[in-house]
Amino acid sequence: MWLSGAEWEALRLSLTVTLRSVLMSLPVAIVIAWVLARRSFPGRTLFDAFVHLPLVLPPVVVGYLLLLLFGIHGPLGGWLLRSFGVRVAFTTNGAALATAVMSFPIMVRAMRISLEAVDRGLEDAARTLGAGPLDRFFSVTLPLMMPGVLAGAVTAFSAGLGEFGAVITFASNIPGQTRTLPLALYTALQTPEGDAEAARLAAVSFTLGLLGLAASELFARRVRRRLEA
Amino acid sequence: MIEVQLKKRRGEFALEVAFAASGSGLIALYGPSGCGKSTIVNLIAGLLRPDEGVVRLGGTTLFESARGVDVPAERRRIGYVFQDSRLFPHLDVRGNLVYGERRSPPGEPQIPFDEAVELLGLGPLLTRRPRQLSGGERQRVAVGRALLCRPRLLLLDEPLASLDLARREELLPYLERLRDRLSIPMIYVSHQFEEVLRLATHVVLLRAGAVVAQGDIVAVSRDPQLRAMIGTEALGAVVEGEIESVEAVTGLAHLKIGNGRLNVQGGGLTPGQRVRVQLLARDLILAVEPPRGLSVRNCLEGTLSSLEPDVGQTYLAEIDVGGPRLIAQVTSSASTELALSAGRRVWVLVKTVSLRGHVYSAAQSQHPSAGRSARSDATGMGARGL
Repeated sequence: MWLSGAEWEALRLSLTVTLRSVLMSLPVAIVIAWVLARRSFPGRTLFDAFVHLPLVLPPVVVGYLLLLLFGIHGPLGGWLLRSFGVRVAFTTNGAALATAVMSFPIMVRAMRISLEAVDRGLEDAARTLGAGPLDRFFSVTLPLMMPGVLAGAVTAFSAGLGEFGAVITFASNIPGQTRTLPLALYTALQTPEGDAEAARLAAVSFTLGLLGLAASELFARRVRRRLEA
Repeated sequence: MIEVQLKKRRGEFALEVAFAASGSGLIALYGPSGCGKSTIVNLIAGLLRPDEGVVRLGGTTLFESARGVDVPAERRRIGYVFQDSRLFPHLDVRGNLVYGERRSPPGEPQIPFDEAVELLGLGPLLTRRPRQLSGGERQRVAVGRALLCRPRLLLLDEPLASLDLARREELLPYLERLRDRLSIPMIYVSHQFEEVLRLATHVVLLRAGAVVAQGDIVAVSRDPQLRAMIGTEALGAVVEGEIESVEAVTGLAHLKIGNGRLNVQGGGLTPGQRVRVQLLARDLILAVEPPRGLSVRNCLEGTLSSLEPDVGQTYLAEIDVGGPRLIAQVTSSASTELALSAGRRVWVLVKTVSLRGHVYSAAQSQHPSAGRSARSDATGMGARGL
């Protein structure tokens, strides 16, 4: 099965966008997961709900809110453009940002579950051995919550590959820049005689999904073995 | 010098304790479960914050509420051996051991890595993961890890509690070695009096969040508060003495106690060695005249210093045998028949066999060579019945 140049480009772009989205959200998700699991502060429930918002909002609404914030006239988008000359909306990075926001709750959830399973007594032990707060986090907490971090990253990656609504709303459907696999598939379906192309793109998406599942299973097994050995 | 004064309220439970002890040696915190022992060590370590109080180690103040001093736990340099060992599962034994060492301030270690590994017998375990270790091995690694962070003080919170009897016997000699060979003061939490007898130089008796008695083990072993805790069955004065001579053929050692001597049957004892012996109150027999024609070879002459009623139809007699004091249990009828009263001259009979299992190495390093041989001896003794 041979793909056309545009189809290869959509595949490459999908991988780029999703990888960037995972890299963007990973450090933030670790911090948020830690805050939600370990800190209590007024408004914590509200904050928790806010983090989970993308799960319940229609993706188009998330894309629209991102446009309001990061459009060139939006408060953050305007500031980025003026200060750094960086445009986010309607770019590849914009597509990655939209994907990151959509998969963020999945990632945080996986991390938080594994963080809550970390024995705090081990952190106390590290404390008596002379480790300060940051040191404790990087030498004890993070390695022990690694299964959750990896699971979160892999799941977010797999889910991110399929992101459609938020991407097309915030980053539009620009060939070579924001036209990822689902967008290309949608476009093919809108084109007369695009059926064959749509079928090929669907097959590619299907294969990627299977590979993602296999990879996450393999990852999880390896991590478990390392911790239990 | 260790100085501890702590006040802490947690819900219904109120803790208020104060104790102090000199430099090195092992302070045992002894008391029933729930008396606040673990809370005390957590307060000393800095994992919990006292409501009020002072924690001073040597010349350094680690906590003093009145002056607002509160050194964070990670800077107190107090080694802590937890009941459940708390080894890091993502690191191998070596990784666990060097965790604290890497974070300790530069300077001469009290004990180099290789020596700690040798002392605790960790050589064959270094590349293993905590999950692959037995309970006793895990606790040995935990002790090593705490030692290597160059601690000013070592806290041991019931390090043997999660182990079965055989594993306890396996670990005890290591703890004795630690106490005798290192100058690091130790605080040892236990609710097993046998462990306290074997390890402690200073004992703090605790009940319901308060200190009920404290002092060196010899004094505390006769304290009425202790009797209330362990019962008359286990009660027995601890006395210390020096081995005068050892019979080459029989291995029978002559131990000088006050004015008299006792025959101690126990391999590995050497002349000049100081040992600690517990004489159980129920194992002692009193006579009001020098006994003759008996098979019992151990007889100490002394003066009855007090006679107090105990539970049931029994009395507890305290006998001064020329410095050391013993406690003997006598029935009230025997007491009346012999006309026992304070000031009376008595002879205390002890069957040699009753000494078994109660020979401890005398703590401290003033007899370093003796300390080591006593350690191996105590192991042998333990195997027989402790």
